[in-house]
Amino acid sequence: MNKQDKVRTRTAIGDLTLRLLTLGMALVVVGLMIWIGWQMYVSSQESIAKFGWSFLTNRVWDPVKENFGALPFIYGTLVSSLIALALAGPIGVGVAIFLNEMASRKVRSVISFLVELLAAIPSVVYGLWAIFILAPMLRNSVEPWLNKHLGFIPLFQGSPVGLGMLAGGLILAIMILPTIAAISREVMAAVPNTQREAALALGATKWEMIRIAVLAYSKSGILGGVMLGLGRALGETMAVTMVIGNRPDILPSLFAPAYSMAAVIANEFTEATYSLYLSSLVEIGLILFAITLVLNALARLLVWSVSRGPKGGQLV
Amino acid sequence: MGQSLSVRNLEAWYGSNKTLHGINMEIAKNEVTAIIGPSGCGKSTFIRCINRMHDTLPGAKATGEILLDGANIYANDPVELRRTVGMVFQKPNPFPAMSIFDNVVAGLKLNGMRNKKKLKEAAEKSLNMAALWDEVKDRLGHSGMSLSGGQQQRLCIARALAVEPSVLLMDEPASALDPIATLRIEELVTQLKSSYTIVIVTHNMQQAARIADSTAFFLNGELVEHGATSDIFMTPRDKRTEDYITGRFG
Ligand SMILES: Nc1ncnc2c1ncn2[C@@H]1O[C@H](COP(=O)(O)OP(=O)(O)OP(=O)(O)O)[C@@H](O)[C@H]1O
Ligand SMILES: [Mg+2]
Repeated sequence: MNKQDKVRTRTAIGDLTLRLLTLGMALVVVGLMIWIGWQMYVSSQESIAKFGWSFLTNRVWDPVKENFGALPFIYGTLVSSLIALALAGPIGVGVAIFLNEMASRKVRSVISFLVELLAAIPSVVYGLWAIFILAPMLRNSVEPWLNKHLGFIPLFQGSPVGLGMLAGGLILAIMILPTIAAISREVMAAVPNTQREAALALGATKWEMIRIAVLAYSKSGILGGVMLGLGRALGETMAVTMVIGNRPDILPSLFAPAYSMAAVIANEFTEATYSLYLSSLVEIGLILFAITLVLNALARLLVWSVSRGPKGGQLV
Repeated sequence: MGQSLSVRNLEAWYGSNKTLHGINMEIAKNEVTAIIGPSGCGKSTFIRCINRMHDTLPGAKATGEILLDGANIYANDPVELRRTVGMVFQKPNPFPAMSIFDNVVAGLKLNGMRNKKKLKEAAEKSLNMAALWDEVKDRLGHSGMSLSGGQQQRLCIARALAVEPSVLLMDEPASALDPIATLRIEELVTQLKSSYTIVIVTHNMQQAARIADSTAFFLNGELVEHGATSDIFMTPRDKRTEDYITGRFG
């Protein structure tokens, strides 16, 4: 074998090893996903056999009468996450715009640091803060105000409670804000300056420039950040259970107590005294798993369709 | 119609770094004026002062006067000014999220034009002026990024023309292009001067000689000499101009 052949063989072996190794790692991840899903499916067999699809639509959760339905938790998780998204989405993007396009370098680095710090606070601390500060504030001023001015909408009817769906959504909003702001800021920072200059040179005002040059260029990335925030909101357990009221009910008012999927699993797992109870809790976990997967897939699709832009083009 | 420019004692800074040291220059309307000079002498800075893009950089400032048909641009709104003084950059910079059509009419939409028919007419007219219409008329809905570099640059020219400016600033518009695309841009510039005042920065002295009516030579932030292109190239008055165009430095 001459030297060249030796090198060639060596490279071939190296490439093959690398390929197999990385393939193996990728398979481990996929396998883990399937395994977890399968295990949850197996462990929830009893509940699936007993309730079938009606588990998804049953509004009753009554361990005493052995009657279990997941709807209140699905509702609680989705609505609280939506509230969080509706608040943190625009605010996060706004913060990113301010930091990236308006603030001086000094202000930018200080506020960026503070926003990132928000992400580092443990969720139990958020929960405590929400119980002692946020909930009383909601009960005493925000909810009465909403009730007075927007009370014709069922969402804002009923007596102010403090601990409830609104508090859950708000605390989630605060928790996912840093994610959305940080990712949005990063993708906006990646917009080439030539794009901004193109817009300004056409006679765009600052806001028009941000709209046609910055936001249009970075919208798929921003969407990705928002979706990451949503993922976090769906799975968040501790802070939510501390403030959402933990009542398995579907009530029109956002002031009323509610419950979330992650919260009920964490709270009742140790008290599940018989196997059907336990099995029902695991099935809720399975549903949460499925919802997260589906939403992530949808998010991918959305990001992909937005990033495609007009025909024949590809955004970065 | 083009408008004339009169630059009076223009000085420009980046932070504490002074880049232009008092430029005085008359730019005639409906003519092509070429700006030449070695790299770093302040050509880009100079033309970026004319549409006040220079002001948009943090820490950058400019003093002096630039009169556009007699009115000092520094006394008026820069956003308004940029609708009268258009700019084409060195690297083509179409908006990637927009179609070819939307790129061309982006400026018109900013001005509030919503009428579909008028937008269509304006797009066709500007693309025609930029000599791009025939190449893109069947795919106006495609992304601007689907065009070649030279086509993208003509798209950017069309975009700048659509708002009907009276002055067109071009900063080395052909430096990223191959010789044929460059030639097309040059033809374009000569055609456009009947309707616009054109100021073009170029590193290519043959290009300046081919297309410019008058040429200005910049050196170290100063205007060394400005005159009819033939005079600058045949009988320069300043020794430094002569050295530069004969290739003795720069
Ligand atoms: N954004 C900036 N910040 C700080 N200094 C700058 C900036 N842009 C340009 N300068 C400085 O200003 C001077 C003039 O730059 P300018 O870009 O106007 O030169 P130019 O003649 O256009 O050069 P080139 O032919 O290479 O494009 C240079 O010394 C450069 O270092
Ligand atoms: Mg330059």
